[in-house]
Formats: sequence, structure tokens, C-alpha cells
Amino acid sequence: MRGITKRFGALVADDGVDLDLHAGEVHALLGENGAGKSTLMKILYGRYQADAGEIQLDGKLARLASPADAIAHGIGMVSQHFTLIRTLSVAENVVLGMPSGLRFSQAAAEQAVAATAQRYNFNIDPAAVVRHLSVGEQQRVEIIKALHRNARVLILDEPTAVLTPQESAALFAAVRGLVAHGLAVVLISHKLAEVLSVSDRVTVLRDGRVVGQLETKAATQADLARLMVGRETFGVVRSGAAPQAAAPVLEISDLWAAADKGNDALRGLSLSAQAGEILAVAGVAGNGQSELAQVLQGLRQPTRGQVLVKRQSLAGRSPAEILMLGVGQIPEDRLAAVVGELSVADNLVLPYLAEFTRQGQLDRPAIRAHAAQLIQEYQIKAAPGDRAQTLSGGNLQKIILARSLHRDPALVVAMNPTRGLDIGATDYVRSRLLEQRARGAAVLLIADDLDEILALADRIAVIYEGQIVGVLPAAEATPERLGLMMAGSALFAEGVQSRRDAAQLNAPTSSAEPVLFRDNPL
Amino acid sequence: MTAQPTTAPAKPKRLTGGWRLERGSAPWWLRGLIPVLAILITFVLTAALLSLVAANPFQAFYGMLIEPLSAPVSALEVLVQATPLLLTGGAVLFAFRGGYYNIGAEGQLYAGALAAAWIGQLPLAHSLPAPLVLGLMLLGSFAAGMLWALLPALLRTRWKVDEVVTTLLLNAVMLYLISAILQGPWLDPVTFWPQSPRIAPAAQYPVLVTDSRVHLGLLVGLAVLAVLGWVIARTPFGLRLRAVGLNARAAGFMGVNVGRTVLIAALVSGGIAGLAGMGEVAGIHHRLLQDISNNFGYSGIVVATLGALNPLGAGLAALFIALIEVGGQSVSQQMGIPTFLADVVQATLLLSTLGLLLLSGYRLRRKNP
Repeated sequence: MRGITKRFGALVADDGVDLDLHAGEVHALLGENGAGKSTLMKILYGRYQADAGEIQLDGKLARLASPADAIAHGIGMVSQHFTLIRTLSVAENVVLGMPSGLRFSQAAAEQAVAATAQRYNFNIDPAAVVRHLSVGEQQRVEIIKALHRNARVLILDEPTAVLTPQESAALFAAVRGLVAHGLAVVLISHKLAEVLSVSDRVTVLRDGRVVGQLETKAATQADLARLMVGRETFGVVRSGAAPQAAAPVLEISDLWAAADKGNDALRGLSLSAQAGEILAVAGVAGNGQSELAQVLQGLRQPTRGQVLVKRQSLAGRSPAEILMLGVGQIPEDRLAAVVGELSVADNLVLPYLAEFTRQGQLDRPAIRAHAAQLIQEYQIKAAPGDRAQTLSGGNLQKIILARSLHRDPALVVAMNPTRGLDIGATDYVRSRLLEQRARGAAVLLIADDLDEILALADRIAVIYEGQIVGVLPAAEATPERLGLMMAGSALFAEGVQSRRDAAQLNAPTSSAEPVLFRDNPL
Repeated sequence: MTAQPTTAPAKPKRLTGGWRLERGSAPWWLRGLIPVLAILITFVLTAALLSLVAANPFQAFYGMLIEPLSAPVSALEVLVQATPLLLTGGAVLFAFRGGYYNIGAEGQLYAGALAAAWIGQLPLAHSLPAPLVLGLMLLGSFAAGMLWALLPALLRTRWKVDEVVTTLLLNAVMLYLISAILQGPWLDPVTFWPQSPRIAPAAQYPVLVTDSRVHLGLLVGLAVLAVLGWVIARTPFGLRLRAVGLNARAAGFMGVNVGRTVLIAALVSGGIAGLAGMGEVAGIHHRLLQDISNNFGYSGIVVATLGALNPLGAGLAALFIALIEVGGQSVSQQMGIPTFLADVVQATLLLSTLGLLLLSGYRLRRKNP
């Protein structure tokens, strides 16, 4: 793949990415969420079309206009969400969609699928109904599906996200077997340990660019962590120390909560944030951050433990009551916080409707005036009557900021507040959060982006599998140390010799990195 | 090894050609044209059917859409037909606005009719003054409609049971219940007709226009639609209801009690449908009959959808559906066209309107070269 560029509106997902895959290798594609890994692979799989760049297979230019094209070229992909029909058998799922005659022979299909499985040493019963298979087995069916279509390149998109450690180990053994058969396997991941254990080469993506390509043998976790999270600093950074021993605003003790699937997402999490500080929760996505935010929003009931805000328990409180308690929320998914079809003005008052009601009717003039004031104060580029869905992501986020911050909440819970925003909007959001800190609010910043955390946080708590595995003061936090803790190796976080290791990398020099120091708008 | 930027890779060769469908809302004037376009499309589609039965489609459409309005008798009959539709349409649109798909207006209508017929034949209905009796019947039929809507609403808000299935199935339950009552305790002891005792004169809606069937229920329907319009557009509850219907997740995040909002919308919807049932008892038949509703509950869904879930639009849609109903009957009598013509036209109209509403959410754009 050469010079692959893909834009989504103003967002550049991939920017001139080059990638070489060799037969017989496991090539890991490493990067944070939103670094452009999945987009790049979806381009290779024909799901997206690149805006620029070309793909060559065996030295010949290939046009991959659809997944069908990609499959015809011997490219297979197993995404995180399986595309299996649960009521059909393994064999039926595998041959489904493949060219065949009018007659379908169950036995022939099973035989053919069994042969494929045999060839690659996969142990699976072709007659089994998919519904009865474990997640790991279903994933194996997906892989066989690709192999049965003669895939020479197999893309695995975060394959271990849904697996138990034992299943992961089995998967990696199988992957090594495939490579021995001459396949090229792309492993999309942000888990350092598995990349190191299974891959031959690693390409690290950050913000849509390749920031490093190295032999796995020559890499350490610290190298990869450094490359992955980078060192860019935005103009807005924290200044001054947080007050010593201020009153705790948020106290979480031994919090347990179940995820949607029923498994425990939070497993005895304890945390405390005080007035005037930004406490960051750092972690690889999917370690309980969303559930933590939802508990604090009142949208998810904890199964155990206690959450106190200003010494008052959140137990049994509705989202409205938590709001009135003085908790400002900036959620992960902006579209889950704004009703797109309603106007900007309506969205700004929805949580506080009682105050904008006169004699049972909405006080339209007051609602409009309120909107006009916040639009000016928060520099939102919109009119009060505009429908929210016509706004850009940055302006949408400003609506949410205005709505939750203009009442001076005691606690601000912000989850990935700058994801998908451009630099200007990012700086704006960060400066607003720092403003809240200066005002004396406690800010809980739950983020995947370590740059953001390092720029803003006074203290950093690392979350791993639903628990806080360590809390570092900002002065002691480095991307390497955090990266290792986030990857679950809290015990070894002390012994990193990052500078020396980093110097040996054959990664692009720092001059290739975008320079983002800008005038401080504060 | 150098990067070679290529522009616009692999143009899709399918249907779209050089064009592409994009999400984007239509301008307001185009949305306003939707009913007109829907009628035109319906005409084109049904013209062939009409020709098949050897009828002149223009004549048929004239007879169906224009002629009823030219004579006072048939024009007033349109209002009579529209009366229950105003209420069932209002009931359905209110629930739909909150994202609660109440398909049970038919059953709730019968619940209201049952309550109205029961109150109307009580001894006290013969002794109390008419406004008081009618007031009691309004309250009773509203409460009965709410009661019949309660179970599916609770199932939905408590346990996320799909209300489309439950409300629909309860319609059949209600029909059998009515049948049982009419064949049992209310079976006419003289004629053995399955019909309730006649309601007291004080329990009957006054006729608004002499020598016609237009009754007070028409004004009740218009008043209810006006109130719904005010509630939806002007009150805090209306804003919450719209927020819940458009994006329940975001509404919940903003502190709106989604379950309670949906519950209230569902119950009010049932109550309004109950008022439609009362109208047929108090205004037309003056007793409860098995076939008191000409599928008014289901037509209410058509009315609400055709009116784009807007009370004013629903009012116009109710009149329009009533017009087709009356026109369809007279056309079939005059021209010998099968009586289900009106049904076919109504269904075609609904489908083309829905199609246009869907398409109005997209824009056709030329692809950048």
C-alpha cells in the first residue's frame, strides 16, 4: 500500500500511509484508537475507497472497489463483530455467498470445509450450529471462512478484544500456523504484549501517519508505547499546582458494575478526586471507562460499592437528580447527549425545563435569550433556532460544554472530550476544563489519549480490567510508564529505561512529527 | 516506491452512475409538496387498476375527490366520517411522537365505547342534566381507553416488551370482550340482536347541523387536536416528549425521565382513542354495536402518518381520508366499481407518502469528478 490517504469530512483518518506485507509474516498494526489502523485495513478490504494512494498485490496495481473484489484478490478480514448467521451450521456459514450451482449439498459443503480446516490444522466440527459455539470458536469459523476463499492476506481486527487469555493463546498458535503456510497476517491491536509475542514486524500509526516500522525482535514495550502515544503537546497545558488537601468532591469506593453483556466491567474500583484538580483516568479502551462514566451519569446501576459526590451518595439517583447535585457531564458520544433534530436552544435548556416554564408553557423568549447568551459566551457558531445536527463536531461539543459548565458544577466528568475535534476546538475544550479546575471544580477526565492526560491532569489513575492499578502524580508520569501500566504490567512500571531504548529506534525522527506548539489562548 | 496519488478511485457503476444519495433534509417547501406528490403518484398507480375494471380513472377520481364536496349532504357526511379519525389520528400521533408505537387505538376505541354505552344507559343518565352526563361519559371513556393502554405501556417501560405486538394483539382481545358482552348480558331480550340498551337522550351528543349526522364529537375532535398541538409545541412535557421520541438516549442523558414520559404519552393516547369510541356511541349509534368502528383505530395510524405526526396535518389528513371513504362509496355505487376501491387508494396513498417521507431525508448529489 502506497501513500494511502483517507478523509472523513475534515478528519484525515489516514495520511499518506505506506505499508508492505510479506508472505509468511505476522505484521502488527499498532496504534491508539482513531490512529487510522482500522480505516487503513478497511481500504485494503475494499470496504472504503482511499482518497489517494494505490494498492499493489504481487507487484500489480489492484483496484479493490468492494469486499468482493478484495476476496477475489485473496484478501480476507475478520472484524471484531462477527458476520455469522447463528442458526446455520459452520459449513453453511463458510460456503454462504460463494458461487455455487442451483443445488446445495450439505455433505459436500461439510466435506470441503473440513478439508480446509484440516489443511490449516483447525479443529472444528463443520456440522456444528454456530449458535452453540464459543466466541473463540466463532472467530475460528470466521478465519476458516476467509481461508476457504483462498485468502493469502488475512486481516485480524483486534481479535483478542473478545477472547479469554486461553482463547487468545490458541488463536496466536493458529496464526503462527497460518504464517507457516505462507500467508501474510495483519494483526490490528493496541495491546503491546500480544504484538511483541506474536508478530514479526510492527508498523505504528499515530494520527493517520506511520511513526515507526520495526522488527519485533528489536522492539521493547517501552519503544512501542512511546511511538504509539507520541509526544505532541497542544498549546493548552495545565499550570500551577493543585491545592494541597482540598475537600474531596468525588469519592468512589469498591465500585462494581456489570457491562451490557453481564460480565463485570468494574471490579472494585476506588478513586477520589478533590476540588481544584484534574484527575485523569487513563487506560486502553474497554477496561471499564464507559461503564464508570455511565455510573456517574446515573445511567448504569452499580452492583456493589459506593459513589459519593460532595459526600452524598449517588445510589438510586436519576440522571436529572445527579445533574442537580452539581455534576456536569461531557459524554463520550456527543450524539447521545444532544437531540440532533431539536434546535440548539431546546438542547441547551432540556435538563432545566422547570426554570423555563411560565404558567405551564415554555417561556420561549427566555429560552432564546438563554441560548443567545451561551452561544456568545462559548463562541458557538450557530443561531438559537438551528437544528443541532447541522452543527460541526466542535460546535456540538461546545453546546454540551455550555450546558454542563455554565452552572458551575462541583464535579465535571469528561470522557474523551476532544475525540474527533480539530486542534482549535481541542484547545478550546481543554482550556474550558482548565478553567473549571481553576474555579475549584473537581474534573474527572476519562481519556484514551495520553497526550491529553499528560497536558491536563494533576494526577493520573490507570484503569485496567475494571480496577485502578495505580495513581501517579503528573510529575512522575511518562508515556512509557503509563503505557506499561495500561497494558496491565503495573508491577514492572518502575523499571523502564525509556530514553536509552528510544534512542536505538529506527523510527522517523522527531522532525517528521507535526509541530503543534501554538500560542496559549488562555 | 513513491506515493502516487490517484483521484476518485473506481467509480461505482451501479444504479447511481454519476450521482450519489446523501443524507440531508429536504427544504420546507418540498416537504409541503409531499401530500400533493403522493396524491399524484397514487393517481398514476391506481389509474391502471381502475382502467382494468373498465372505469374512466379521471371520472372515478373526480367522483371520489371532488363530487362529495359539491353537495351539502355528502360534504357533511365527510365531516361525520372524519370525526373519529380526528381523535384516533390524534391518539396515534401523540404516542408516535414519543417513540411509542401504539397500534392499539382500535381496541382503546372500543374500551371507550363500552364505558360510554355503560354510563349512558345507567338510570342516573336518565335523571341528570345532559352536560353532566356527557361530562361523565367523557371522563369514563377516556379512563377506559387509558386502562386498556396501561398494560402494554407498563410492559414496554418496565421490561422493554415491544408495544407494537402487545397493543395490536389486545385489539383482538377487546373485540372478543365486546362480543361476549353483547352476546351475553347486553343481548337484546326482545330482538336477540347483539346490541347494548339504547343510551339516555341526555347521553347523546347534540346534532350540530339539522338534518345531518354531524354531532358534537366533531368539535371534541378538533379541540383535542388543538390541545395536542399546544402541548407538543408549547409545553415542557411536549419538548420532553419530542426529545424522547427523537433520541431517547440523549433525552435520558439530559435528565428526562424517559420511562415516565413514554408511559404518560401511551396512556393519554389510549384515552384519546377512547373518546373516539364515545363519539360513535353518543353521536351516531346511541348504543354499543359489534361493528361500531370502521377500522377507525387503524385508519388513525394512516391519518397520523399522513399528517407527518403534526396535529394540524393530522386534521387535514382525517378530512382527506374521510373524503376518500365517502367518495369511494358513492363512486362504487354510481360506477359499479368494487367497494374496496377506497381501501386500495387509501393504502396506495399511505405507501407513497411514506416513501416520499423517507426519500425526503436524502439528497441526490452529483459525484465530484
